[in-house]
Amino acid sequence: MSMLAPLERFRLLQRRRLAAAGASKSILLDRFRLLRRRRLISLVPIVAIVIILPLLFSSAYYYRVAALVFLFGIAALGLNLLMGFAGQVSLGHAGFMGIGAYAVAIGPTAFGIPPVLSFILGALLSALVAFVVGRPILRLKEHYLAVATLGFGILLAIVFTNEANWTGGPDGMAVPQLILFNWPLRGAAVWYWILAVSFLVGAVIALNLINSPTGRALRAIHDSEVAARVLGIDVAQKKLMIFVISAVYTSIAGSYLALLDGYITPQISGFLRSIELVAMVVLGGMGSVAGSLVGAAVLVILPQALTLFDEYEHVVLGLIVMGVMIFLRAGIVPSLAAAFGGGRS
Amino acid sequence: MSALSAERLSVAFGGVRAVDGVSFDVAAGIVFSIIGPNGAGKTTLFNLISGLCRSHDGGVWLCGEDVTALAPEDLARRGLSRTFQNLQIFSHLTVIENVMVGRHRHEATGILADLLHLPAVARQNRGTRKAAAEALGRVGLGDAAERSASGLAYGHLKRLEIARALASEPKVLLLDEPAAGCNPVETREIEAIIRGIVADGVTVVLVEHDMRLVMNVSDRIHVLANGRTLAEGTAVEIRTNAAVIEAYLGVRGAREAAGAVG
Repeated sequence: MSMLAPLERFRLLQRRRLAAAGASKSILLDRFRLLRRRRLISLVPIVAIVIILPLLFSSAYYYRVAALVFLFGIAALGLNLLMGFAGQVSLGHAGFMGIGAYAVAIGPTAFGIPPVLSFILGALLSALVAFVVGRPILRLKEHYLAVATLGFGILLAIVFTNEANWTGGPDGMAVPQLILFNWPLRGAAVWYWILAVSFLVGAVIALNLINSPTGRALRAIHDSEVAARVLGIDVAQKKLMIFVISAVYTSIAGSYLALLDGYITPQISGFLRSIELVAMVVLGGMGSVAGSLVGAAVLVILPQALTLFDEYEHVVLGLIVMGVMIFLRAGIVPSLAAAFGGGRS
Repeated sequence: MSALSAERLSVAFGGVRAVDGVSFDVAAGIVFSIIGPNGAGKTTLFNLISGLCRSHDGGVWLCGEDVTALAPEDLARRGLSRTFQNLQIFSHLTVIENVMVGRHRHEATGILADLLHLPAVARQNRGTRKAAAEALGRVGLGDAAERSASGLAYGHLKRLEIARALASEPKVLLLDEPAAGCNPVETREIEAIIRGIVADGVTVVLVEHDMRLVMNVSDRIHVLANGRTLAEGTAVEIRTNAAVIEAYLGVRGAREAAGAVG
């Protein structure tokens, strides 16, 4: 050591001192960053909730409401991939819920296709419809796209209402039970687990997508289509791709809803349902996976909880939704995340 | 072979000939600047070259290949990249994610792999992140990598756009007013960045109003006025061209431009 030239020694000392001062802080910071960069970290609290909730449930009613939250969470997540990440609005997504729902209703009754296969075919059919409709529709932007998708949703609702031979018309039709390996799926608790796990699978796939080359391209399109194009991104193709994926999510939620209720009417694909899905996405937080679930939770649970207001139920619900949007304008999850951690969700 | 040629490019908007029969040839590996008064058609010319806007006549060749009718995304895949005068930042993304998008044309994973996060995607992400970090380092934004792009200062956003374009590894890079709104120190930094880019063999086409920067860095200068070519030549030729002085530089501007080299 003593052989070191004075200058080198000074440098060495200085470097050590700097390292000692910076080490504790920077290592912690690096860990934190690393954690945040881990793809699936945001799902940990949701998994915890899924496991803990049943301990608090005192009746099948709670299971059913929670199951519905996860179900609409799946639909909202699908729409959020389109709206929150790729920046394309759809006011007709309930149409895909309808396709999924009627697939599991008509498939087994009219064609003798097993329910599980009907479920899958419904998702594929939605993908196909989204692919065909998406091509011309996604050339439109913003309000024009909103109106075009609105028309698409209304059109499907009319088809479901008028094709009474297949769908039972406005009165709806019964949906055969889902039987898995000779085990009929019934009871709110069973559906709770099916839908919670389905939501988590959907969330994992969504997070995978968001953190992939395709996902980055989609998020880029949201902010600047022109910049995305000059970087070599095929904007039309990417929009179509996410529209199809989004339709599949929503279709699956529709199939689940039909199986859960055992009965469907054309209302499942109605205009109000589409608006409800958009409200879930915006309330929970555009571009937030957890936000999709929170938005669904708010709009599923609140109407149940507000029944004590009797005829003022809808007024109170409207006021709460307006209040949330005024005070948490980026949506519940992103706004709270920004307020409490400066983190992204 | 020239890296980029434009022939008789012309476009009119509502009767106004924004660009009118402009032709030029850019040799590979040089800085080629396009200057001219406001409204001369510089940005429109960039839009014509990068496929955002169609020429009524003539055509564009990139490294000898006819790319006249190609869409911007196809041009990008053939090695043409650009920045924008009015910034086009992906503001919801972090700084490094912005640059990672620039790597898009080099990313090869399919949609199924992306949805399932197959090992290839993880590898791809790591490679993309590394290349993006390198590009950020080249424009001096290495420390800002994990920040939100919307939080950067204007001068840094300009450099972020350059890094994003560089990450795509272009053969020809169009820079639209990279020094606009920058102070003299930042402008000198931009100049160093441009020199670094050219040193790596990339051909740079520059639209810029800062005459010091243009005169210092350009191998050739093309002057536009009212959508037409006024002159083309080296910095010295342009600085002393009577028509250019009258239409654009002015006597004082010419003196300033002369000072740039001295």
